[in-house]
Amino acid sequence: MSVIELDHATLQIGGRAVLKDISLAIEPGEFIGVLGPNGAGKTTLMRSILGLLPPSAGRLTVFGHTPRCGDASIGYLPQLRTVLPDLRVRGLDYIASSMHGERWGLPSLSAANRVKIEATLDAVGARDLANRALSDMSGGERQRLLLAQALIGDPKLLLLDEPLISLDARHQEVVIDVIKKVCRERKITVLFSAHELNQLLGAIDRVLYLGNAQAVLGRVDEVVTAPVLSRLYGTEIEVLRAGGHIFVLSRGRDIERAEHMHDHGHAH
Amino acid sequence: MFQYEFMTNAFAAAGMVAVVSGIVGYFLVMRGQTFAGHALSHIGFAGATGAGLIGLAPLWGLVGFTLAAGLVMGLLSERISNRDVAIGVVLALSLGFGLLFLHYYTSFATQATALLFGNVLAVDHTMIATLAALGAITLVALAAIMRPLIFASLQPELAEAKGVSLRFISTAFLAVVALAVSACAQIVGVLMVFTLMVGPAAAAQRVTTGLWAGLMLSAALALGEAWLGIVIAYHTDWPVSFCIAVLSALAYFGALAIPARRAQHAH
Repeated sequence: MSVIELDHATLQIGGRAVLKDISLAIEPGEFIGVLGPNGAGKTTLMRSILGLLPPSAGRLTVFGHTPRCGDASIGYLPQLRTVLPDLRVRGLDYIASSMHGERWGLPSLSAANRVKIEATLDAVGARDLANRALSDMSGGERQRLLLAQALIGDPKLLLLDEPLISLDARHQEVVIDVIKKVCRERKITVLFSAHELNQLLGAIDRVLYLGNAQAVLGRVDEVVTAPVLSRLYGTEIEVLRAGGHIFVLSRGRDIERAEHMHDHGHAH
Repeated sequence: MFQYEFMTNAFAAAGMVAVVSGIVGYFLVMRGQTFAGHALSHIGFAGATGAGLIGLAPLWGLVGFTLAAGLVMGLLSERISNRDVAIGVVLALSLGFGLLFLHYYTSFATQATALLFGNVLAVDHTMIATLAALGAITLVALAAIMRPLIFASLQPELAEAKGVSLRFISTAFLAVVALAVSACAQIVGVLMVFTLMVGPAAAAQRVTTGLWAGLMLSAALALGEAWLGIVIAYHTDWPVSFCIAVLSALAYFGALAIPARRAQHAH
């Protein structure tokens, strides 16, 4: 059984079809890199998988059934907002807030849940973040904390929305390595959206490229080609391979880098 | 000073209100909505003067207006992108209406100062009972929504994914804030609710990062500032609200200085 299956699904926001007539299937244990220009529907797709946005046409199933909000088998790391409030809350309380945070009444943290939090922090090598305030953490540390949180409850599917945003190259590698290691060990299926493909090349099994309301899923050498990307970007695209890197160019300019420069935190 | 009834009344009223303000204010600061709290108190001013104009007790005008405004703000908050501007415009408009109501009800003008800057020394038994009820309702409502409120404040996207209605939480919370503001305005006045609702909470969050520790410290600071303020006012004859405002500012700036010093040691 596929983990995620889209059958002629259309995802619509405010009357605009962000993704139109999409059919694809993602298999258990796959590490999928989700790429595409801004507004191509990376976040929208994840929100649909979470059950927040039912398809306006067609079918979307997760683990064989219609997704519903609050499914514990899905771990989610939302895209970090651009403006972060000055959160003077320690890592432990931050993660604790998400544990049955939907219940009414006073918050409480059982000893068992405390152990769970410490174990998940250990798994991503971030035990020391439990007692530090979020406002004192670096971007990389914050992403580690969020990743630790997403792993609580042993999810079988992990949706990571731009976890590399605003991290420098060294921290990007660290985050990717941690995710890769933990997910291989636990056989978790991963959807990992990013701006740049090259960082992910060593980690992903397949790539899901979105653009122009379309989606193409396949191996990197099948998908990241001039004809496919030209169709998805709606403009002439060149793909250059050099030294184990792939450069996606539009009229001689590196399209991924150019976008990364002036985009931070547009949620689509 | 406890031989005077007005003093024991002042301690009782200020104590209750300070604890409620410190606790509610903690979440106001956590959510970055302090400006909304400030605006609610100004809207309450129009409500209080309006109530005076039609012969009702100012407190009920205050409660009614802040509650209505809190609900509306909560329901609209997702749609208004530049919230600060919208809130600021409504805030100014409310003060304008407050002025208009005062203009038509001139005998009420003596109470205007009390509304704006508070008059805790004039609190009577009826008011204490009312404030106790208001405070109890506020805390019970807050306790009921506290868990999803913290979740929605810290991680809105994830909370939404887990089925928390962000709009409901935000609206319910602003209603709670409205009640706390109404009570707080009775002690320090609508212009100075920041002193008890924001100052102690912000200071507490600088000092501790634990949730419960922060809440307790915020409530304790607010209580200490309110009571000490009354004591200082008693001995100096300065206005109580002034004394509380000074203590609140001292605690906040004192707390700001602590991590700065720690950081220097670390380097």
